[in-house]
Amino acid sequence: MPASLVANVVLSGVLTGLVYGLMALGLSVIFGVVRVVNFAHGEMTVLAMYATFVLFKALGLDPLFSLVPVALLLFAFGYALQASLINPFVKRPEHEQFILLAGVALVIVNLLLMVFGPDAQHVDLAYAYDSFELGPLLVDKVRVYAAAVAIAATAALFAFFRRTRTGTAIRAAADNLVGAAVVGLDFKRLFALTFGIGAACAGIAGSLMILLSDATPALAPDFTLLAFIIVIVGGLGSMPGALLGGVLIGLSEALAGLMIAPSMKSMLSFALLVLVLVVRPQGLLGGKR
Amino acid sequence: MRRALAASLPRPALYLAAAALVLLLAAPFMVDRYTLSILILILYAAYLGQAWNVMMGFAGLLSIGHALYVGLGAYTAAALFVHFGIPPLLGLFPGIALAAAAGALIGWLGFRFRIAGVYFALLTIAFAEVARIGFDHIDWLGGSGGLFIPVAAEKRLDLLDLRGGIEMYYYLILALAAAALLLSAVLLRSRLGYYWLALREDEEAARSLGINLFRARIAAVLISAAMTALAGTFNAFYNSNLFPEHIFSIGSSIDIILAPIVGGLGTLMGPIVGAFILAPLGELLLSLTAALGLDLPGLELVIHGLLLVVIIRALPGGLWPWLKHRFGFAASASGGPS
Repeated sequence: MPASLVANVVLSGVLTGLVYGLMALGLSVIFGVVRVVNFAHGEMTVLAMYATFVLFKALGLDPLFSLVPVALLLFAFGYALQASLINPFVKRPEHEQFILLAGVALVIVNLLLMVFGPDAQHVDLAYAYDSFELGPLLVDKVRVYAAAVAIAATAALFAFFRRTRTGTAIRAAADNLVGAAVVGLDFKRLFALTFGIGAACAGIAGSLMILLSDATPALAPDFTLLAFIIVIVGGLGSMPGALLGGVLIGLSEALAGLMIAPSMKSMLSFALLVLVLVVRPQGLLGGKR
Repeated sequence: MRRALAASLPRPALYLAAAALVLLLAAPFMVDRYTLSILILILYAAYLGQAWNVMMGFAGLLSIGHALYVGLGAYTAAALFVHFGIPPLLGLFPGIALAAAAGALIGWLGFRFRIAGVYFALLTIAFAEVARIGFDHIDWLGGSGGLFIPVAAEKRLDLLDLRGGIEMYYYLILALAAAALLLSAVLLRSRLGYYWLALREDEEAARSLGINLFRARIAAVLISAAMTALAGTFNAFYNSNLFPEHIFSIGSSIDIILAPIVGGLGTLMGPIVGAFILAPLGELLLSLTAALGLDLPGLELVIHGLLLVVIIRALPGGLWPWLKHRFGFAASASGGPS
């Protein structure tokens, strides 16, 4: 196997992995603060893919622009979901939270199926097949753009949690809920904000994802699993961990596709998951669980 | 065994159950083939729900990967029949053994390395997904193109090979559902059943009483996986075709958990009540949309999703405990979950 081919595959795996990482970051943020696992995360991502697709078809908006309205839409969706349905479930047993979100996931994915049908939809951009040439390396332009946006969005999120009052308040609620309530933080609103932010991550990731692959409703459960695997590998609740996990999974998928068979690519991710659960259950960058 | 179940139910409920049993036994003589096929779906869901309930309802172990055990039971018996002519009545045993072994592996990983709650649920999904992708690539089992069991002449009843008319499948699944109900009733009243309830409610307290948590949990997984594999064998020979994309899918696993959750987690009647509500609801929707001239493939699942949300929000214990309370079945029952 020529080295340049491997290098190409590795590079494109890393770039795709950054988009995965952004999606998983949303899941990680929600879990880190609200302590609820969003089992509808992949469904939200695919919802965003379809929203991007509709904006492209109706208004001709480039996904790289429409990701802003899509992110806002998903933020509103996540906020409303947490404020109406999930807030009463924060103290309920884990399996009840799971069932609630599995129900939400079923509704989203099947509404998409009813509206758009099972066939794959894609946006045909003028630059879809262009690539950058770096010596022996050929990288798809869309992949580079998608990864760059993913990095920028992640950086913005880091800045939000470190530098703003609301971000600090959310971290306070995550660290010590009772303490946060005592000093007068409205944690229900903070939880809704957090869920909105997590959903917005899925939203941006979805807008980017449609640059890399066609949208079908069937992708949704796969994305949920993928996001879940990434945050467990990286460390549930750790923001850099989500990004690292995304890159690792993107890389392992790309290499498995090259060395074994493209249809077997998620096998390696599952193997990685089991390995991490057994050897380091808190994830690569996670604190103690 | 009978006493265990009878003791759990007050008199009016017992009469009702007896009447229901008589009706179910007489059903093939009273209803058409279509209705009978719906009843098979209902009883199949009730049986699987009962099997899943042993893990989640009794022992508090959330499995979202039960499709794995269905698939293993289905593929093992089907492959032995198709390739070696081994009758499914024998082939179901290796199927059960394989599913139990897979359950033991998942359980061992989960309990040995203290992977609990949603992490454990994810582990179960991961194994089912690995099987789905793996079986797609096993040519000997038909790969993603599917495995087909030759269909014999309908009229000939061949119980050993599980080939026969729809009535045979009906009585088989009725017997399985009844047996699963009895087994669950017996389990709940056994020492093991009390261990499960104890560790489900308070792990630390259970441990301090000297209960071997690992053993009790593994037992729940083994029993549940074995029961589920049997349903897989039934599924394979009833439908005569198997596709990894379908039988091992997350959707199939979700289907399994619906009935017990809607009916009532951890209760004996819950999976049955849930199955009798869900399957007719689906058929009703189907005929309703057909009458309106609509083709909405996702509608039933949207309703299922909404149902899950509403039930878990308003009645997290499920419909059966609520019904029981509402209609006074609970009046003479003595505490224990039934």
